[in-house]
Amino acid sequence: MNKLWLYLNQLGSPPNFWHWSGPWMRCSFLLALVLSVIGLYGGLVLAPMDYLQGETFRIIYIHVPAAVSSMSIFVFMAIQGAAAIIWRIKICEIFVVCAAPIGAMFTVVTLVTGMLWGKPTWGTYWTWDARLTSELVLLFLYLGVIALYQSYSDLRAGARAASVLAIIGVVNVPIIHYSVQWWSTLHQGETITLTGSKMHASMLWPLLVMFIASKLYFLGSLLLRTRVTLIQQESGKAWVRQALAVEAPIAANKAKHLSANS
Amino acid sequence: MTNPSSQPHFAKRWLQLLFTALKHELRQRLRQPSQLLHPIGFAVLVALLFGFAVGPQPEKLSLVAPAALFIALLLANFLSMELLFASDFEDGTLDALAASGRELVPLLYGKALAFWLAQGLSLLLALPLLMILLKLSAALAPTLIFTFVMVSLGLSFLGLIGSALTVRLRAGAMLLMLLILPQAVPLLIFSLGAINAAQLGESNAAPLLYLSAITLALFVLAPLAAKGVLSQEIND
Repeated sequence: MNKLWLYLNQLGSPPNFWHWSGPWMRCSFLLALVLSVIGLYGGLVLAPMDYLQGETFRIIYIHVPAAVSSMSIFVFMAIQGAAAIIWRIKICEIFVVCAAPIGAMFTVVTLVTGMLWGKPTWGTYWTWDARLTSELVLLFLYLGVIALYQSYSDLRAGARAASVLAIIGVVNVPIIHYSVQWWSTLHQGETITLTGSKMHASMLWPLLVMFIASKLYFLGSLLLRTRVTLIQQESGKAWVRQALAVEAPIAANKAKHLSANS
Repeated sequence: MTNPSSQPHFAKRWLQLLFTALKHELRQRLRQPSQLLHPIGFAVLVALLFGFAVGPQPEKLSLVAPAALFIALLLANFLSMELLFASDFEDGTLDALAASGRELVPLLYGKALAFWLAQGLSLLLALPLLMILLKLSAALAPTLIFTFVMVSLGLSFLGLIGSALTVRLRAGAMLLMLLILPQAVPLLIFSLGAINAAQLGESNAAPLLYLSAITLALFVLAPLAAKGVLSQEIND
C-alpha cells in the first residue's frame, strides 16, 4: 500500500508528470482520432437506418458519448477536487481546472446536437424537459467553476476554490436532475444500461467505439492542458527550463521571457 | 486539546456564541434601514414591469401572476445578497477569529440567520402590495409565505458557501450570483410547484416537503462546508 502511495505521488510530481504525460497525450490523441474515424464511418455509413426516426437517429453517435462525458467529467473533477483538498496534491488541483473547459465543451456539444435532433423529431429546438434542463444547469455549473478559477490572481488559491465548488456541484447534480424530472419530462429513457441494450448490434458497435474515442480525447486534451498549466505555474523552475530546452529551444526562450516579465 | 463535545456545557456555550453573533449581525443590519427598504422597492418594481409586459387583461395576468410575484421576491433577495465576509476579511476580523481558536460554525450560523431575518423576511412586507397589484387571491398567501420563508433561508445558507469561496475576490458579488443561481434551481422548482398546485386547488404537500428537506439539508451542511473553505482561505 505504501509503495503504491509513493508511486502515485511520484507520478504526480510536476517533472515526472511532464515526462510521462507527453507520450500518453500523443497516443490518446492518435487513438481518439483513429477510433472516431472508424466510429463515425460505422455510425454514419454502415449502420442501418432507424425504422422510426430515419436518418436523424445517427446524431446519437455524437450526442450520447458527449452527454456521458459531460456528466462523467464533472464527477472526475469532484474526485480530483476531493483528492486536492484532502491530500493537498498539486496535480489534482490542476486536473480540476483543466477538465472544466473540456467538460463545458462536451456539454455544449450535447446541447447543440440535442437541439438539432429535437427539431425534426420533437418539432422543437428546445423544450423544458428534465434532461435538457439539467444539462443546461450543468453547463452553468461548469462555467461557475471556470469563472471562479479565473477571478483569482493567485492560481493555486483559485484552483482550490474551484475544487470545492466542483465537490458542491457534484452533490447538487443529482438533486437538480431529480427535481427537474419530477417537474416535467419528455426525453426518452435509457436505451443502454449496464445489464444490456435495447439496440441492435449493428447500431451499437459504432456507439461503443465513439464512447472510447470521446474518453481518449478527454484524456489527451486533459494532459495537454495540464502540461501547459504546469509550465505556466512552475515557470522559472529549473526542470521547466530543462524540459523545454530538450523539447524545443524556442519555447524555452519564450518561457524565459515570461518568467522575466512576471 | 480535548474533544470539545465531551464538555458538559458545550451546547450551551455554542448556542450562546450563536446568539451573540446573531445579535451583533442583526444590529449592524438594522442600523441601515434603507438597505432593507431598497429590495422591497425593487420587488414592487419588478412586479410592475411584469404587469406592463403582460398587458392589462386579467385572464392573461392570472396565468403568470404567482410566478411573477415569486421571481420578483427572489430577485430582490438575490440582489441584496452581498459578500457576507468581505469586510471581515479585509479588516482582519477573520484572521483574529481563527487565531482565537473559537468555534467558527456558530458565528457562521449567526451571519446566515441574520441575513435571512433581515434581508429575507423583510421582503414579506412587500407581499400584500404585490398580491394586490398582481390580483392574486388571499387563499394563496399561506403557501407563498411558507415557500418564500424556506427559499430565502436556503438562499442565505447557499450564500454562506458562495461568500466563503469568493472571500478574497474584489469583484466577487457578480460571481457569487453565477455560483449560487444554478445551485438554487431545485429550491425554485419545488416552491413554484407548490404555488401552482395551490392555485389549482390541489394538494401541495409533496413539493413543500421536498423544499423543506433541501432547505434543512442546507441549514445543517452549509456552515460546515463554509467553515472548511474559510479555514483553508485564512491559512494561505
